[in-house]
Amino acid sequence: MKAMSQKRTAPVKFDVARVRQDFPILSQKVHGKPLVYLDNGATSQKPLCVIEAIDHYYKAENSNIHRGVHYLSERATAAYESARGKLRGFINARSDQEIIFVRGTTEAINLVAQSYGRTFLKAGDEIIISAMEHHSNIVPWQMLCDQVGAKLRVIPINHDGEIVMEEYEHLLNDKTKFVAVTHVSNALGTIVPVKRIVALAHGRGIPVMLDGAQAVPHLQVDVQDLDCDFYAFSGHKMFGPTGVGVLYGRAELLEKMPPYQGGGDMISLVTFEKTHYNVLPYKFEAGTPNVADGIGLGAAVDYLRALDWPAVAAHEDRLLRYATAALQQIAALRIIGTAKEKAGVLSFVFDHVHAHDVGTILDQEGVAVRAGHHCAMPVMQRFGVPATARASFAFYNTVEEIDLLVRAIERVLKVFD
Amino acid sequence: MSELDDLYQEVILDHNKAPRNFRAISGANRRAEGYNPLCGDQVTVYLQVEDGVIKDISFQGSGCAISKASASMMTTELKGKPESAAHELFENVHNMLTGELDNKGGGSERVGKLAILSGVCKFPARVKCASLAWHTMETALKGEKHPVQTE
Repeated sequence: MKAMSQKRTAPVKFDVARVRQDFPILSQKVHGKPLVYLDNGATSQKPLCVIEAIDHYYKAENSNIHRGVHYLSERATAAYESARGKLRGFINARSDQEIIFVRGTTEAINLVAQSYGRTFLKAGDEIIISAMEHHSNIVPWQMLCDQVGAKLRVIPINHDGEIVMEEYEHLLNDKTKFVAVTHVSNALGTIVPVKRIVALAHGRGIPVMLDGAQAVPHLQVDVQDLDCDFYAFSGHKMFGPTGVGVLYGRAELLEKMPPYQGGGDMISLVTFEKTHYNVLPYKFEAGTPNVADGIGLGAAVDYLRALDWPAVAAHEDRLLRYATAALQQIAALRIIGTAKEKAGVLSFVFDHVHAHDVGTILDQEGVAVRAGHHCAMPVMQRFGVPATARASFAFYNTVEEIDLLVRAIERVLKVFD
Repeated sequence: MSELDDLYQEVILDHNKAPRNFRAISGANRRAEGYNPLCGDQVTVYLQVEDGVIKDISFQGSGCAISKASASMMTTELKGKPESAAHELFENVHNMLTGELDNKGGGSERVGKLAILSGVCKFPARVKCASLAWHTMETALKGEKHPVQTE
Protein backbone atom coordinates (compact mmCIF):
# COMPACT_ATOMS: atom_id res chain seq x y z
CA MET A 1 0.00 0.00 0.00
CA LYS A 2 2.90 2.27 0.69
CA ALA A 3 4.03 2.01 -2.90
CA MET A 4 0.53 2.84 -4.07
CA SER A 5 0.31 6.01 -2.02
CA GLN A 6 3.75 7.07 -3.23
CA LYS A 7 2.59 6.61 -6.76
CA ARG A 8 -0.26 9.03 -6.21
CA THR A 9 1.99 11.85 -5.01
CA ALA A 10 3.49 14.44 -7.36
CA PRO A 11 4.97 13.05 -10.59
CA VAL A 12 8.61 12.03 -10.36
CA LYS A 13 10.84 14.88 -11.32
CA PHE A 14 13.76 14.22 -13.59
CA ASP A 15 16.63 16.59 -12.90
CA VAL A 16 17.88 17.01 -16.45
CA ALA A 17 20.19 19.92 -15.57
CA ARG A 18 22.05 17.71 -13.12
CA VAL A 19 22.20 14.78 -15.53
CA ARG A 20 23.67 17.03 -18.24
CA GLN A 21 26.62 17.78 -15.97
CA ASP A 22 27.58 14.13 -16.26
CA PHE A 23 28.18 14.59 -20.00
CA PRO A 24 31.19 16.89 -20.53
CA ILE A 25 30.72 17.22 -24.30
CA LEU A 26 27.28 18.81 -23.98
CA SER A 27 28.53 22.10 -22.54
CA GLN A 28 30.45 23.17 -25.64
CA LYS A 29 29.56 25.71 -28.28
CA VAL A 30 29.26 24.99 -31.99
CA HIS A 31 29.57 27.86 -34.49
CA GLY A 32 29.32 30.17 -31.47
CA LYS A 33 25.99 28.68 -30.35
CA PRO A 34 25.33 26.23 -27.53
CA LEU A 35 25.46 22.67 -28.84
CA VAL A 36 22.03 21.10 -29.20
CA TYR A 37 22.82 17.45 -29.75
CA LEU A 38 19.85 15.72 -31.38
CA ASP A 39 21.69 12.96 -33.23
CA ASN A 40 21.49 10.36 -30.49
CA GLY A 41 20.10 7.77 -32.87
CA ALA A 42 23.46 7.83 -34.66
CA THR A 43 25.47 7.74 -31.47
CA SER A 44 24.89 8.93 -27.93
CA GLN A 45 27.25 11.01 -25.82
CA LYS A 46 29.21 9.44 -22.96
CA PRO A 47 29.02 10.27 -19.27
CA LEU A 48 32.26 11.11 -17.51
CA CYS A 49 32.17 7.81 -15.58
CA VAL A 50 32.45 5.87 -18.87
CA ILE A 51 35.31 8.03 -20.11
CA GLU A 52 37.07 7.62 -16.76
CA ALA A 53 36.55 3.86 -16.68
CA ILE A 54 38.37 3.53 -20.01
CA ASP A 55 41.05 5.96 -18.89
CA HIS A 56 41.54 4.06 -15.65
CA TYR A 57 41.79 0.73 -17.45
CA TYR A 58 44.63 1.96 -19.64
CA LYS A 59 46.37 3.70 -16.77
CA ALA A 60 46.08 0.95 -14.20
CA GLU A 61 44.85 -2.38 -15.54
CA ASN A 62 45.78 -2.81 -19.20
CA SER A 63 46.76 -6.38 -19.90
CA ASN A 64 45.59 -9.28 -22.03
CA ILE A 65 42.74 -11.24 -20.53
CA HIS A 66 42.15 -14.98 -20.01
CA ARG A 67 45.88 -15.63 -20.51
CA GLY A 68 48.28 -14.18 -18.04
CA VAL A 69 48.89 -15.57 -14.61
CA HIS A 70 50.21 -12.21 -13.56
CA TYR A 71 48.54 -9.56 -11.47
CA LEU A 72 47.48 -7.16 -14.23
CA SER A 73 46.04 -9.90 -16.39
CA GLU A 74 43.96 -11.13 -13.50
CA ARG A 75 42.68 -7.65 -12.79
CA ALA A 76 41.87 -6.98 -16.46
CA THR A 77 40.12 -10.34 -16.75
CA ALA A 78 38.08 -9.66 -13.63
CA ALA A 79 37.08 -6.19 -14.84
CA TYR A 80 36.08 -7.48 -18.29
CA GLU A 81 34.09 -10.42 -16.93
CA SER A 82 32.46 -8.15 -14.38
CA ALA A 83 31.29 -5.96 -17.28
CA ARG A 84 29.78 -9.07 -18.90
CA GLY A 85 27.88 -9.73 -15.69
CA LYS A 86 26.57 -6.17 -15.67
CA LEU A 87 25.32 -6.56 -19.22
CA ARG A 88 23.63 -9.83 -18.31
CA GLY A 89 21.78 -8.00 -15.57
CA PHE A 90 21.01 -5.07 -17.87
CA ILE A 91 18.91 -7.22 -20.22
CA ASN A 92 18.06 -9.90 -17.65
CA ALA A 93 19.67 -12.82 -19.47
CA ARG A 94 19.78 -16.11 -17.58
CA SER A 95 23.55 -16.42 -17.47
CA ASP A 96 26.79 -14.70 -18.43
CA GLN A 97 27.32 -17.47 -21.01
CA GLU A 98 24.58 -15.87 -23.07
CA ILE A 99 26.36 -12.52 -23.32
CA ILE A 100 28.76 -12.46 -26.25
CA PHE A 101 30.86 -9.37 -26.73
CA VAL A 102 30.96 -8.22 -30.35
CA ARG A 103 31.93 -5.02 -32.15
CA GLY A 104 28.34 -3.85 -32.31
CA THR A 105 24.85 -4.68 -33.52
CA THR A 106 26.05 -5.19 -37.09
CA GLU A 107 28.55 -7.83 -36.09
CA ALA A 108 25.99 -9.53 -33.83
CA ILE A 109 23.53 -9.90 -36.70
CA ASN A 110 26.21 -11.11 -39.09
CA LEU A 111 27.32 -13.63 -36.49
CA VAL A 112 23.83 -15.10 -36.21
CA ALA A 113 23.23 -15.04 -39.98
CA GLN A 114 26.50 -16.81 -40.70
CA SER A 115 26.73 -19.19 -37.76
CA TYR A 116 23.09 -20.09 -37.16
CA GLY A 117 21.84 -19.33 -40.67
CA ARG A 118 24.44 -21.23 -42.67
CA THR A 119 24.11 -24.22 -40.37
CA PHE A 120 20.35 -24.51 -40.08
CA LEU A 121 18.87 -22.88 -43.19
CA LYS A 122 18.73 -24.44 -46.63
CA ALA A 123 17.41 -23.79 -50.13
CA GLY A 124 13.72 -22.86 -50.16
CA ASP A 125 13.61 -21.78 -46.52
CA GLU A 126 12.27 -18.34 -45.74
CA ILE A 127 13.54 -15.55 -43.51
CA ILE A 128 11.15 -12.82 -42.41
CA ILE A 129 12.27 -9.26 -41.76
CA SER A 130 10.23 -6.03 -41.70
CA ALA A 131 10.04 -3.09 -44.09
CA MET A 132 11.61 -0.76 -41.52
CA GLU A 133 14.89 -2.53 -40.88
CA HIS A 134 18.25 -0.80 -40.81
CA HIS A 135 20.53 -2.02 -43.61
CA SER A 136 22.39 -4.07 -41.01
CA ASN A 137 19.29 -6.20 -40.49
CA ILE A 138 18.70 -6.60 -44.23
CA VAL A 139 22.04 -7.16 -45.92
CA PRO A 140 23.37 -10.00 -43.68
CA TRP A 141 20.17 -11.93 -44.43
CA GLN A 142 20.41 -11.23 -48.15
CA MET A 143 23.98 -12.53 -48.07
CA LEU A 144 22.77 -15.65 -46.27
CA CYS A 145 19.96 -16.09 -48.81
CA ASP A 146 22.53 -15.98 -51.63
CA GLN A 147 24.71 -18.51 -49.82
CA VAL A 148 22.07 -21.13 -48.99
CA GLY A 149 19.30 -20.36 -51.48
CA ALA A 150 16.82 -19.11 -48.88
CA LYS A 151 14.26 -16.39 -49.57
CA LEU A 152 13.78 -13.06 -47.80
CA ARG A 153 10.18 -12.11 -47.01
CA VAL A 154 9.33 -8.60 -45.82
CA ILE A 155 6.51 -7.60 -43.47
CA PRO A 156 4.96 -4.39 -44.84
CA ILE A 157 4.43 -1.29 -42.72
CA ASN A 158 1.44 1.07 -42.80
CA HIS A 159 1.49 4.81 -43.44
CA ASP A 160 2.17 5.57 -39.79
CA GLY A 161 5.24 3.33 -39.89
CA GLU A 162 3.77 0.43 -37.94
CA ILE A 163 4.15 -3.23 -38.76
CA VAL A 164 1.02 -4.72 -40.30
CA MET A 165 0.55 -7.68 -37.97
CA GLU A 166 -2.01 -9.48 -40.16
CA GLU A 167 0.52 -9.46 -43.00
CA TYR A 168 3.13 -10.89 -40.67
CA GLU A 169 0.78 -13.71 -39.70
CA HIS A 170 0.17 -14.41 -43.40
CA LEU A 171 3.89 -14.54 -44.11
CA LEU A 172 4.54 -17.13 -41.40
CA ASN A 173 4.39 -20.57 -42.94
CA ASP A 174 6.07 -23.97 -42.87
CA LYS A 175 9.01 -22.68 -44.89
CA THR A 176 9.73 -19.85 -42.42
CA LYS A 177 12.90 -20.75 -40.57
CA PHE A 178 13.94 -17.42 -39.04
CA VAL A 179 12.48 -14.04 -38.08
CA ALA A 180 14.65 -10.94 -37.59
CA VAL A 181 13.05 -7.59 -36.76
CA THR A 182 13.97 -4.35 -35.11
CA HIS A 183 12.73 -3.50 -31.62
CA VAL A 184 12.68 0.26 -32.28
CA SER A 185 12.99 1.74 -35.79
CA ASN A 186 15.99 4.03 -36.22
CA ALA A 187 14.39 6.05 -39.01
CA LEU A 188 10.82 6.30 -37.69
CA GLY A 189 11.04 5.72 -33.94
CA THR A 190 8.32 3.07 -34.02
CA ILE A 191 8.32 0.68 -31.06
CA VAL A 192 7.58 -2.69 -32.62
CA PRO A 193 5.33 -5.12 -30.73
CA VAL A 194 8.17 -7.62 -30.60
CA LYS A 195 6.73 -9.74 -27.81
CA ARG A 196 3.76 -10.59 -30.00
CA ILE A 197 6.06 -11.16 -32.99
CA VAL A 198 8.15 -13.60 -30.96
CA ALA A 199 5.09 -15.41 -29.61
CA LEU A 200 3.62 -15.91 -33.08
CA ALA A 201 6.92 -17.26 -34.43
CA HIS A 202 7.47 -19.51 -31.44
CA GLY A 203 3.99 -20.93 -31.98
CA ARG A 204 5.54 -22.46 -35.08
CA GLY A 205 8.91 -23.23 -33.53
CA ILE A 206 10.69 -20.43 -35.42
CA PRO A 207 13.57 -18.60 -33.69
CA VAL A 208 13.52 -14.79 -33.55
CA MET A 209 16.34 -12.26 -33.49
CA LEU A 210 15.67 -8.70 -32.35
CA ASP A 211 17.77 -5.69 -33.33
CA GLY A 212 17.80 -3.71 -30.10
CA ALA A 213 20.28 -0.97 -31.11
CA GLN A 214 17.68 1.82 -30.82
CA ALA A 215 15.72 0.20 -28.00
CA VAL A 216 18.28 -0.12 -25.21
CA PRO A 217 18.86 3.65 -24.85
CA HIS A 218 15.13 4.20 -24.26
CA LEU A 219 13.44 1.08 -22.93
CA GLN A 220 14.16 -1.35 -20.13
CA VAL A 221 14.76 -4.57 -22.00
CA ASP A 222 14.14 -7.99 -20.47
CA VAL A 223 15.10 -10.76 -22.89
CA GLN A 224 13.38 -13.41 -20.80
CA ASP A 225 10.15 -11.47 -20.82
CA LEU A 226 10.44 -10.83 -24.59
CA ASP A 227 11.31 -14.51 -24.95
CA CYS A 228 13.47 -13.74 -28.01
CA ASP A 229 16.23 -16.13 -29.08
CA PHE A 230 18.78 -13.49 -30.03
CA TYR A 231 19.04 -9.82 -29.08
CA ALA A 232 21.68 -7.48 -30.51
CA PHE A 233 22.76 -4.02 -29.40
CA SER A 234 25.65 -1.56 -29.61
CA GLY A 235 27.47 0.09 -26.73
CA HIS A 236 27.84 3.48 -28.37
CA LYS A 237 24.12 4.10 -28.72
CA MET A 238 23.55 3.44 -25.00
CA PHE A 239 26.06 5.98 -23.66
CA GLY A 240 28.96 3.53 -23.84
CA PRO A 241 32.00 3.50 -26.11
CA THR A 242 32.15 2.68 -29.82
CA GLY A 243 33.57 -0.64 -30.98
CA VAL A 244 31.78 -2.85 -28.51
CA GLY A 245 28.32 -4.36 -28.39
CA VAL A 246 26.48 -7.44 -27.27
CA LEU A 247 24.87 -10.44 -28.83
CA TYR A 248 22.53 -12.13 -26.42
CA GLY A 249 21.71 -15.66 -27.48
CA ARG A 250 19.71 -18.37 -25.82
CA ALA A 251 22.33 -20.80 -24.50
CA GLU A 252 20.81 -23.94 -26.05
CA LEU A 253 20.93 -22.32 -29.50
CA LEU A 254 24.43 -20.93 -29.05
CA GLU A 255 25.61 -24.42 -28.03
CA LYS A 256 24.40 -25.84 -31.34
CA MET A 257 26.00 -23.13 -33.44
CA PRO A 258 29.52 -23.37 -34.87
CA PRO A 259 32.03 -20.57 -34.12
CA TYR A 260 31.79 -17.45 -36.25
CA GLN A 261 35.53 -16.79 -36.33
CA GLY A 262 38.48 -18.97 -35.46
CA GLY A 263 41.50 -17.93 -33.45
CA GLY A 264 42.83 -17.56 -29.97
CA ASP A 265 40.59 -17.62 -26.90
CA MET A 266 37.78 -19.52 -28.68
CA ILE A 267 39.52 -22.88 -28.37
CA SER A 268 40.17 -25.30 -25.55
CA LEU A 269 42.64 -27.55 -27.39
CA VAL A 270 44.31 -27.22 -30.78
CA THR A 271 46.21 -29.89 -32.68
CA PHE A 272 46.72 -30.05 -36.43
CA GLU A 273 44.22 -32.91 -36.54
CA LYS A 274 41.43 -31.40 -34.52
CA THR A 275 40.48 -28.36 -32.51
CA HIS A 276 38.15 -28.39 -29.53
CA TYR A 277 36.19 -25.22 -29.10
CA ASN A 278 35.96 -23.31 -25.90
CA VAL A 279 32.75 -23.13 -23.88
CA LEU A 280 30.21 -20.31 -24.14
CA PRO A 281 30.55 -17.41 -24.47
CA TYR A 282 34.24 -17.70 -25.46
CA LYS A 283 33.48 -19.96 -28.42
CA PHE A 284 32.26 -16.81 -30.19
CA GLU A 285 35.01 -14.48 -29.01
CA ALA A 286 38.06 -15.22 -31.13
CA GLY A 287 41.13 -13.10 -30.58
CA THR A 288 41.93 -10.45 -28.02
CA PRO A 289 38.66 -8.61 -27.45
CA ASN A 290 38.04 -4.91 -27.03
CA VAL A 291 38.75 -5.09 -23.32
CA ALA A 292 38.83 -1.37 -22.54
CA ASP A 293 35.54 -0.60 -24.24
CA GLY A 294 33.87 -3.67 -22.75
CA ILE A 295 34.78 -2.27 -19.35
CA GLY A 296 33.57 1.16 -20.46
CA LEU A 297 30.25 -0.39 -21.49
CA GLY A 298 29.98 -1.95 -18.07
CA ALA A 299 30.38 1.53 -16.59
CA ALA A 300 27.60 2.79 -18.87
CA VAL A 301 25.33 0.06 -17.51
CA ASP A 302 26.18 1.13 -13.95
CA TYR A 303 25.30 4.69 -14.90
CA LEU A 304 21.99 3.75 -16.52
CA ARG A 305 20.94 1.49 -13.69
CA ALA A 306 21.47 4.27 -11.17
CA LEU A 307 18.92 6.46 -12.99
CA ASP A 308 15.30 6.58 -11.97
CA TRP A 309 13.84 4.87 -15.04
CA PRO A 310 10.18 5.77 -14.61
CA ALA A 311 11.36 9.39 -14.40
CA VAL A 312 13.61 8.96 -17.46
CA ALA A 313 10.74 7.45 -19.43
CA ALA A 314 8.38 10.26 -18.39
CA HIS A 315 10.96 12.89 -19.39
CA GLU A 316 11.62 11.28 -22.78
CA ASP A 317 7.91 10.92 -23.40
CA ARG A 318 7.43 14.60 -22.63
CA LEU A 319 10.29 15.57 -24.97
CA LEU A 320 8.85 13.57 -27.84
CA ARG A 321 5.31 14.90 -27.32
CA TYR A 322 6.54 18.48 -27.00
CA ALA A 323 8.72 18.20 -30.10
CA THR A 324 5.99 16.50 -32.11
CA ALA A 325 3.46 19.19 -31.19
CA ALA A 326 5.96 21.97 -31.95
CA LEU A 327 6.91 20.58 -35.36
CA GLN A 328 3.28 19.96 -36.27
CA GLN A 329 2.76 23.72 -35.98
CA ILE A 330 5.14 24.29 -38.90
CA ALA A 331 2.92 24.23 -41.98
CA ALA A 332 5.51 23.21 -44.58
CA LEU A 333 6.82 20.35 -42.45
CA ARG A 334 5.70 16.74 -42.59
CA ILE A 335 6.58 14.19 -39.90
CA ILE A 336 7.54 10.75 -41.23
CA GLY A 337 6.75 8.04 -38.69
CA THR A 338 3.59 8.64 -36.70
CA ALA A 339 3.18 5.32 -34.92
CA LYS A 340 1.17 5.28 -31.72
CA GLU A 341 4.11 3.75 -29.84
CA LYS A 342 7.31 5.67 -30.48
CA ALA A 343 10.65 6.24 -28.81
CA GLY A 344 13.08 9.09 -29.19
CA VAL A 345 12.94 9.79 -32.94
CA LEU A 346 11.36 12.56 -34.98
CA SER A 347 11.96 12.29 -38.73
CA PHE A 348 10.67 15.11 -40.89
CA VAL A 349 10.70 16.46 -44.43
CA PHE A 350 9.74 19.59 -46.32
CA ASP A 351 8.29 19.56 -49.82
CA HIS A 352 10.65 22.28 -51.01
CA VAL A 353 13.79 21.84 -48.88
CA HIS A 354 16.03 18.78 -49.04
CA ALA A 355 17.05 17.18 -45.73
CA HIS A 356 20.70 17.87 -46.49
CA ASP A 357 20.10 21.60 -46.69
CA VAL A 358 18.07 21.41 -43.47
CA GLY A 359 20.98 19.63 -41.77
CA THR A 360 23.56 22.22 -42.84
CA ILE A 361 21.46 25.20 -41.73
CA LEU A 362 20.54 23.59 -38.39
CA ASP A 363 24.23 22.90 -37.83
CA GLN A 364 25.01 26.59 -38.25
CA GLU A 365 22.56 27.18 -35.40
CA GLY A 366 24.38 24.63 -33.24
CA VAL A 367 21.71 21.97 -33.72
CA ALA A 368 23.05 18.52 -34.68
CA VAL A 369 20.58 16.29 -36.52
CA ARG A 370 21.04 13.50 -39.01
CA ALA A 371 20.11 14.20 -42.63
CA GLY A 372 19.91 11.34 -45.06
CA HIS A 373 18.40 7.91 -45.50
CA HIS A 374 19.49 6.69 -42.03
CA CYS A 375 20.81 3.41 -43.47
CA ALA A 376 17.19 2.51 -44.11
CA MET A 377 16.74 3.20 -47.81
CA PRO A 378 13.70 0.89 -48.12
CA VAL A 379 11.95 3.01 -45.47
CA MET A 380 12.63 6.14 -47.54
CA GLN A 381 11.26 4.36 -50.62
CA ARG A 382 8.15 3.31 -48.67
CA PHE A 383 7.39 6.94 -47.82
CA GLY A 384 8.45 8.26 -51.24
CA VAL A 385 11.13 10.61 -49.93
CA PRO A 386 14.84 10.64 -50.84
CA ALA A 387 15.89 11.48 -47.29
CA THR A 388 14.63 12.92 -44.03
CA ALA A 389 16.04 15.13 -41.32
CA ARG A 390 15.99 13.23 -38.06
CA ALA A 391 16.06 14.65 -34.57
CA SER A 392 16.69 11.84 -32.10
CA PHE A 393 16.56 12.41 -28.38
CA ALA A 394 18.25 11.14 -25.27
CA PHE A 395 17.29 11.70 -21.65
CA TYR A 396 19.80 14.55 -21.40
CA ASN A 397 17.92 16.65 -23.95
CA THR A 398 15.67 19.46 -22.78
CA VAL A 399 12.49 21.19 -23.78
CA GLU A 400 14.55 24.37 -24.27
CA GLU A 401 16.67 22.53 -26.83
CA ILE A 402 13.53 21.66 -28.76
CA ASP A 403 12.64 25.35 -28.79
CA LEU A 404 16.10 25.98 -30.30
CA LEU A 405 15.43 23.27 -32.89
CA VAL A 406 12.19 24.99 -33.85
CA ARG A 407 13.92 28.36 -34.08
CA ALA A 408 16.62 26.82 -36.29
CA ILE A 409 13.95 25.29 -38.54
CA GLU A 410 12.45 28.77 -38.89
CA ARG A 411 15.82 29.93 -40.18
CA VAL A 412 15.76 27.10 -42.77
CA LEU A 413 12.38 28.30 -43.97
CA LYS A 414 13.65 31.88 -44.16
CA VAL A 415 16.55 30.87 -46.41
CA PHE A 416 14.23 28.85 -48.63
CA ASP A 417 11.12 31.08 -48.55
CA MET B 1 28.25 37.79 -45.20
CA SER B 2 28.09 34.66 -43.08
CA GLU B 3 29.34 31.34 -44.40
CA LEU B 4 25.76 30.21 -44.65
CA ASP B 5 24.83 33.18 -46.85
CA ASP B 6 27.90 32.36 -48.95
CA LEU B 7 26.57 28.87 -49.45
CA TYR B 8 22.94 29.70 -50.14
CA GLN B 9 23.30 32.67 -52.45
CA GLU B 10 20.29 33.96 -54.39
CA VAL B 11 21.53 32.52 -57.66
CA ILE B 12 21.88 29.08 -56.09
CA LEU B 13 18.42 29.26 -54.53
CA ASP B 14 17.02 30.33 -57.87
CA HIS B 15 18.58 27.41 -59.75
CA ASN B 16 17.28 25.10 -57.02
CA LYS B 17 13.75 26.45 -57.36
CA ALA B 18 13.76 26.54 -61.15
CA PRO B 19 16.49 24.22 -62.42
CA ARG B 20 17.49 24.81 -66.04
CA ASN B 21 17.61 21.96 -68.53
CA PHE B 22 15.87 19.69 -66.03
CA ARG B 23 14.68 17.09 -68.52
CA ALA B 24 15.74 13.98 -70.36
CA ILE B 25 17.18 14.12 -73.88
CA SER B 26 15.64 11.26 -75.79
CA GLY B 27 18.27 9.58 -77.88
CA ALA B 28 21.14 11.37 -76.13
CA ASN B 29 24.44 9.90 -77.34
CA ARG B 30 26.12 10.27 -73.91
CA ARG B 31 24.52 9.56 -70.62
CA ALA B 32 25.59 8.62 -67.11
CA GLU B 33 24.09 8.18 -63.70
CA GLY B 34 25.62 9.50 -60.52
CA TYR B 35 24.79 8.54 -57.03
CA ASN B 36 25.84 9.67 -53.57
CA PRO B 37 25.23 6.75 -51.20
CA LEU B 38 25.85 8.97 -48.19
CA CYS B 39 22.72 11.07 -48.65
CA GLY B 40 20.84 9.34 -51.45
CA ASP B 41 21.36 12.12 -54.00
CA GLN B 42 20.89 10.78 -57.48
CA VAL B 43 21.43 12.43 -60.85
CA THR B 44 21.32 11.45 -64.50
CA VAL B 45 23.22 13.65 -66.97
CA TYR B 46 22.32 13.54 -70.69
CA LEU B 47 24.54 14.90 -73.43
CA GLN B 48 24.18 15.26 -77.15
CA VAL B 49 27.70 15.58 -78.53
CA GLU B 50 28.30 16.27 -82.22
CA ASP B 51 31.71 16.84 -83.80
CA GLY B 52 33.27 17.29 -80.38
CA VAL B 53 30.78 19.99 -79.39
CA ILE B 54 28.12 19.70 -76.69
CA LYS B 55 24.99 20.52 -78.66
CA ASP B 56 22.66 19.82 -75.76
CA ILE B 57 23.00 18.86 -72.13
CA SER B 58 20.39 18.18 -69.45
CA PHE B 59 19.90 16.44 -66.12
CA GLN B 60 17.30 14.76 -63.96
CA GLY B 61 17.29 13.39 -60.45
CA SER B 62 16.77 14.28 -56.84
CA GLY B 63 19.04 15.99 -54.42
CA CYS B 64 19.64 18.97 -52.19
CA ALA B 65 19.70 22.60 -53.28
CA ILE B 66 23.47 22.54 -53.72
CA SER B 67 23.51 19.49 -55.95
CA LYS B 68 20.55 20.65 -58.01
CA ALA B 69 21.90 24.17 -58.46
CA SER B 70 25.34 22.87 -59.35
CA ALA B 71 23.88 20.54 -61.98
CA SER B 72 21.64 23.26 -63.36
CA MET B 73 24.48 25.80 -63.66
CA MET B 74 26.68 23.15 -65.22
CA THR B 75 24.18 22.58 -68.04
CA THR B 76 23.83 26.30 -68.82
CA GLU B 77 27.59 26.71 -68.79
CA LEU B 78 28.46 23.75 -71.00
CA LYS B 79 25.82 23.97 -73.69
CA GLY B 80 27.53 24.77 -76.98
CA LYS B 81 31.03 24.30 -75.58
CA PRO B 82 33.63 21.90 -77.02
CA GLU B 83 34.23 18.69 -75.12
CA SER B 84 37.76 19.80 -74.23
CA ALA B 85 36.39 22.92 -72.50
CA ALA B 86 34.06 20.70 -70.45
CA HIS B 87 36.99 18.61 -69.22
CA GLU B 88 38.92 21.71 -68.32
CA LEU B 89 36.00 23.27 -66.47
CA PHE B 90 35.43 20.01 -64.63
CA GLU B 91 39.01 20.16 -63.33
CA ASN B 92 38.73 23.80 -62.33
CA VAL B 93 35.36 23.41 -60.61
CA HIS B 94 36.63 20.38 -58.77
CA ASN B 95 39.65 22.34 -57.56
CA MET B 96 37.43 25.22 -56.52
CA LEU B 97 35.11 22.98 -54.50
CA THR B 98 38.00 21.40 -52.67
CA GLY B 99 39.52 24.84 -52.04
CA GLU B 100 42.57 24.26 -54.21
CA LEU B 101 41.91 26.52 -57.16
CA ASP B 102 44.21 29.26 -55.96
CA ASN B 103 47.03 26.83 -55.24
CA LYS B 104 46.88 25.36 -58.72
CA GLY B 105 47.38 28.64 -60.54
CA GLY B 106 44.77 31.11 -61.62
CA GLY B 107 41.73 32.06 -59.61
CA SER B 108 38.00 32.39 -59.83
CA GLU B 109 38.21 33.68 -63.43
CA ARG B 110 38.94 30.08 -64.45
CA VAL B 111 35.46 28.97 -63.42
CA GLY B 112 33.46 32.00 -64.60
CA LYS B 113 29.93 32.17 -63.22
CA LEU B 114 30.45 28.96 -61.29
CA ALA B 115 32.51 30.93 -58.78
CA ILE B 116 29.19 31.35 -57.03
CA LEU B 117 29.63 27.77 -55.80
CA SER B 118 32.93 28.57 -54.10
CA GLY B 119 31.23 28.91 -50.69
CA VAL B 120 30.80 25.15 -50.69
CA CYS B 121 34.45 24.54 -49.84
CA LYS B 122 33.74 25.89 -46.33
CA PHE B 123 31.30 23.02 -45.84
CA PRO B 124 33.32 19.82 -46.34
CA ALA B 125 30.26 17.62 -45.90
CA ARG B 126 28.62 19.32 -48.87
CA VAL B 127 31.46 19.16 -51.42
CA LYS B 128 30.16 15.84 -52.72
CA CYS B 129 26.73 17.38 -53.28
CA ALA B 130 28.17 20.08 -55.53
CA SER B 131 30.56 17.80 -57.40
CA LEU B 132 28.19 14.89 -58.12
CA ALA B 133 26.77 16.27 -61.38
CA TRP B 134 30.25 17.23 -62.60
CA HIS B 135 31.68 13.77 -62.00
CA THR B 136 28.66 12.32 -63.73
CA MET B 137 29.07 14.62 -66.73
CA GLU B 138 32.76 13.71 -66.97
CA THR B 139 31.87 10.02 -66.88
CA ALA B 140 29.23 10.49 -69.56
CA LEU B 141 31.70 12.27 -71.84
CA LYS B 142 34.29 9.54 -71.36
CA GLY B 143 31.62 6.95 -72.08
CA GLU B 144 32.41 4.99 -68.93
CA LYS B 145 29.79 2.41 -68.09
CA HIS B 146 29.77 2.26 -64.31
CA PRO B 147 27.54 4.61 -62.34
CA VAL B 148 29.43 7.35 -60.53
CA GLN B 149 29.55 7.33 -56.78
CA THR B 150 30.72 10.22 -54.69
CA GLU B 151 31.30 9.47 -51.07
